[in-house]
Amino acid sequence: MEKFKIKRVFSDDIGRNNPVFAQVLGICSTLAVTNVLKNTVVMCVGLIFTTSLSNFTVSLMRNYIPARVRMMVETLIIASYVIIVDIVLKAYFPDISRQLGPYVGLIITNCIIMGRTEAFALSNPPGLSFLDGIASGFGYSYVLLIIAVVREILGSGTIWGIRIVGDWWTNWSIMVMAPGAFFVLALFIWVVKGQISEEGEKK
Amino acid sequence: MTQGIAFYAIFFAAIFTNNILLTNYLGMCSFLAVSKEVKTAQGLGMAVIFVLAITSVLNWLAYHYILVPLNLTFLRFIVFIIIIAAFVQLIEMIIERISEKLYTSLGIFLPLITVNCAILGVSLFMVIRNYTFLNSFFYGLGSGIGWALAIISMAGIREKMKKSRVPKGLAGAGMALIIAGIMALAFMGFSGMLNIT
Repeated sequence: MEKFKIKRVFSDDIGRNNPVFAQVLGICSTLAVTNVLKNTVVMCVGLIFTTSLSNFTVSLMRNYIPARVRMMVETLIIASYVIIVDIVLKAYFPDISRQLGPYVGLIITNCIIMGRTEAFALSNPPGLSFLDGIASGFGYSYVLLIIAVVREILGSGTIWGIRIVGDWWTNWSIMVMAPGAFFVLALFIWVVKGQISEEGEKK
Repeated sequence: MTQGIAFYAIFFAAIFTNNILLTNYLGMCSFLAVSKEVKTAQGLGMAVIFVLAITSVLNWLAYHYILVPLNLTFLRFIVFIIIIAAFVQLIEMIIERISEKLYTSLGIFLPLITVNCAILGVSLFMVIRNYTFLNSFFYGLGSGIGWALAIISMAGIREKMKKSRVPKGLAGAGMALIIAGIMALAFMGFSGMLNIT
């Protein structure tokens, strides 16, 4: 029973119920940090850390949080973990921290984290909530990584700062800028949703 | 770096060239969720303008008069979010008391605003860019107007598009993102005018 639950948590959060393309949540940062792969990876690690631990903490405290102020409590817990992420980044990766700028702080208002604590952690035991946090973090991350790879190759001809295409390549500067992000995410949603609805029809 | 920029340059840059939504992607969640009708978009837009202009000032005061002297700047995330949430709650209560009509048109959007990343984002940008008091106010106001402009035009386009046939997988969020992309392209046309970073 327990094992079954864990498996369902993972397959739901990463696949069918993926926060980015099924619920279109938390895409502010999806779009903002995905022009270079390196920043995206850092952002994803920070996000997984925050989601899993804040899920865990909220779940531990779920019986003591008064229902009326629960949003506030959740926000404060999330904000504390984000501060840890921010300080660590500033200390060990000052360059990346400067490039990400305000977007690290904006993990707080990322709807995914709030959504998971609200929907899952408040009604489930800590262990399972922790796993749920990791799972939805990964579900979010892999979408981000795909978009980042596409944008970095098309926009600057590199992956992780290493040039992978020849000199004949002309950079699509639009990909590095705002509109590129919107288009890539829209195409991604299109492809995935098409797949899901086809599966649904077969059943 | 930004000290020399006059407040009106910041104001117009925040509306057009550095539109908070279309170039910084802030506030996308409510942008996609509440842009189906012009009327609701207007309500939310007005609420965001109001809250942004005031909270950017409040957060500026809290940052420069409380956090910096006490050397607690790393707590800014928590302080900002508490100020925003408290302010929104307060405004909601006041509006509910003084005007029933205003409450039904504006009040229902206020809770949504606490989780709007644009509000926190503007405060964080303001700290990173070292704005002065006046500049912060105009940056907040300009960003709010820019955001409202974007969501209202988006709602207008989506209302017109109701009858057009969209590929199935693209309907809803996908199409909204493509429209946002085209709008961002259009706003890029302004970027030659002035630039703040």
